Amino acid sequence: MKVTANERLHQNYCLLKLTVEQPLPEMFPGQFVEVRVDNSPSTFLRRPISINYVDKQANELWLLIQLVGEGTRKLAEARVGDIINVMLPLGNGFTIPSSEERGKKLLLIGGGVGTAPMLYLGAWLKTAGFEPTFLLGARSQNDLLQLEQFRTYGEVFVTTEDGSMGEKAYVTNHSLLKNTHFDHIYTCGPKPMMMAVARYASAEDIDCEVSLENTMACGLGACLCCVEKLKDEHHVCVCTEGPVFNIKKLSWQI
Amino acid sequence: MADLRVNIGSLQLKNPVTTASGTFGYGIEYADLFDISRLGGIFVKGTTIQPREGNPYPRMAETPSGMLNAVGLQNKGAQYFADHIYPQIKDIDTNMIVNVSGSSVETYVECAEKIAELERIPAIELNISCPNVKQGGMAFGVTCQGAAEVVRAVRKVYPKTLIVKLSPNVTDVTEIARAVEAEGVDAVSLINTMLGMAIDAERRKPVLSTITGGLSGPCVKPVALRMVWQTYKAVRIPIIGLGGISSWKDAVEFMLAGATAIQIGTYNFVDPTVSIKVIDGLNDYCERHGFKSVSELTGALL
Repeated sequence: MKVTANERLHQNYCLLKLTVEQPLPEMFPGQFVEVRVDNSPSTFLRRPISINYVDKQANELWLLIQLVGEGTRKLAEARVGDIINVMLPLGNGFTIPSSEERGKKLLLIGGGVGTAPMLYLGAWLKTAGFEPTFLLGARSQNDLLQLEQFRTYGEVFVTTEDGSMGEKAYVTNHSLLKNTHFDHIYTCGPKPMMMAVARYASAEDIDCEVSLENTMACGLGACLCCVEKLKDEHHVCVCTEGPVFNIKKLSWQI
Repeated sequence: MADLRVNIGSLQLKNPVTTASGTFGYGIEYADLFDISRLGGIFVKGTTIQPREGNPYPRMAETPSGMLNAVGLQNKGAQYFADHIYPQIKDIDTNMIVNVSGSSVETYVECAEKIAELERIPAIELNISCPNVKQGGMAFGVTCQGAAEVVRAVRKVYPKTLIVKLSPNVTDVTEIARAVEAEGVDAVSLINTMLGMAIDAERRKPVLSTITGGLSGPCVKPVALRMVWQTYKAVRIPIIGLGGISSWKDAVEFMLAGATAIQIGTYNFVDPTVSIKVIDGLNDYCERHGFKSVSELTGALL
């Protein structure tokens, strides 16, 4: 895929926009791609990256990349016109409620780079006639990305650990959760955050889907490295059975 | 166009390029990406007589030019394979070879017997070299006596092509190769993964749930190449070479060192279509160097 833009949104995040000549295949919120990192000697495997947004008119795929190690740092150096090898789309997306369920209150909780798939999910839900609510958590104001775009799809609530924006708290302590009842929660972020969200949803009997980020090699269900143990004690591949799971299926101790 | 056909015992491969067990699922996972019937063979995921859940997560650690895995032979068992997977793969027009593992001589034999019943499986690869299971696996593959014992028992019940996958975690791989050759196996494949370890310095903990795991990828290639070359000089049976192959050039090197065929493993995760490029590259190499048949490359090191 050809790089059409590489925007450094923050010291530790870049937004890569990629295109191809033929129309992009249908991609669902929560699905991911595997990006090959060339010219980075210590990076061997592809990097699984969630789909941040698909701009159908521009035929563009957006990837929000957090600079974690050498692989993602190399990707962040991409220039407009560079060609990047991407396998897509992979995995299963979030459950989209049917049109009869339009009145349902949907909460999308994202933490850190886990906000990335929530943008595309929010856009999708808005188009489908829902009014999604976003609850986004970060260390500080600077780490909250793409807020303007989030606001075009629904109401946005924020927590920061240092209190520089929104409520000074973790997402699960936000007053929104005390004042409003939601029917369905979607979440992606650091595992402790997702577990806290799952605990809250479970206690309140709210349907909840999480997007897991287990370390992964092939992305196709062949290597069996990214497994998650389900309630039935079986190991399943996050890449092909997930990455989105309903918390009722997981063996998490919550 | 060079003649790319090669023979492993009585088994003919349309070309020497196959995919390694544990890196290519049952082949069908890759069927959307290219025509998998172009391969010389597909070594499917390690199968045991009883279902196995494998080791706990985390099972993988990336390394420079490779990775460590500790999957631990997760599979749904030979009966499930026969009932549910075999029907999906039996008509793929290439050699579908089952990698067979066990925790005792008896379980190896039972699994081999079960797979022998499947008409369209022309060969098994006996895995006596998995470093990620507590019982069996590599324990059989690191002594001549252990290797000979399990191979002898399986040979009695398995009349089709029997390939034995050797471990590199030994002092002298040629001794093990000779021991299994003496028991009448048709070929050996080498190398399985090398025992390794990864540590998370910040957390002061091992990365893998099992602490140690199997290293694979381009980082192991020189070791694998050396072992294929040593084994070629020690045995008469065909050798299937693997260990870090990521290009046609690597494949040529393994064949020059003595391999009759090769397996592509970990690199499937980086480029799922690499094996097709290797087939085409082997043909180009043969044409460029005037080899009418790719089999002329085997052991043709000057």
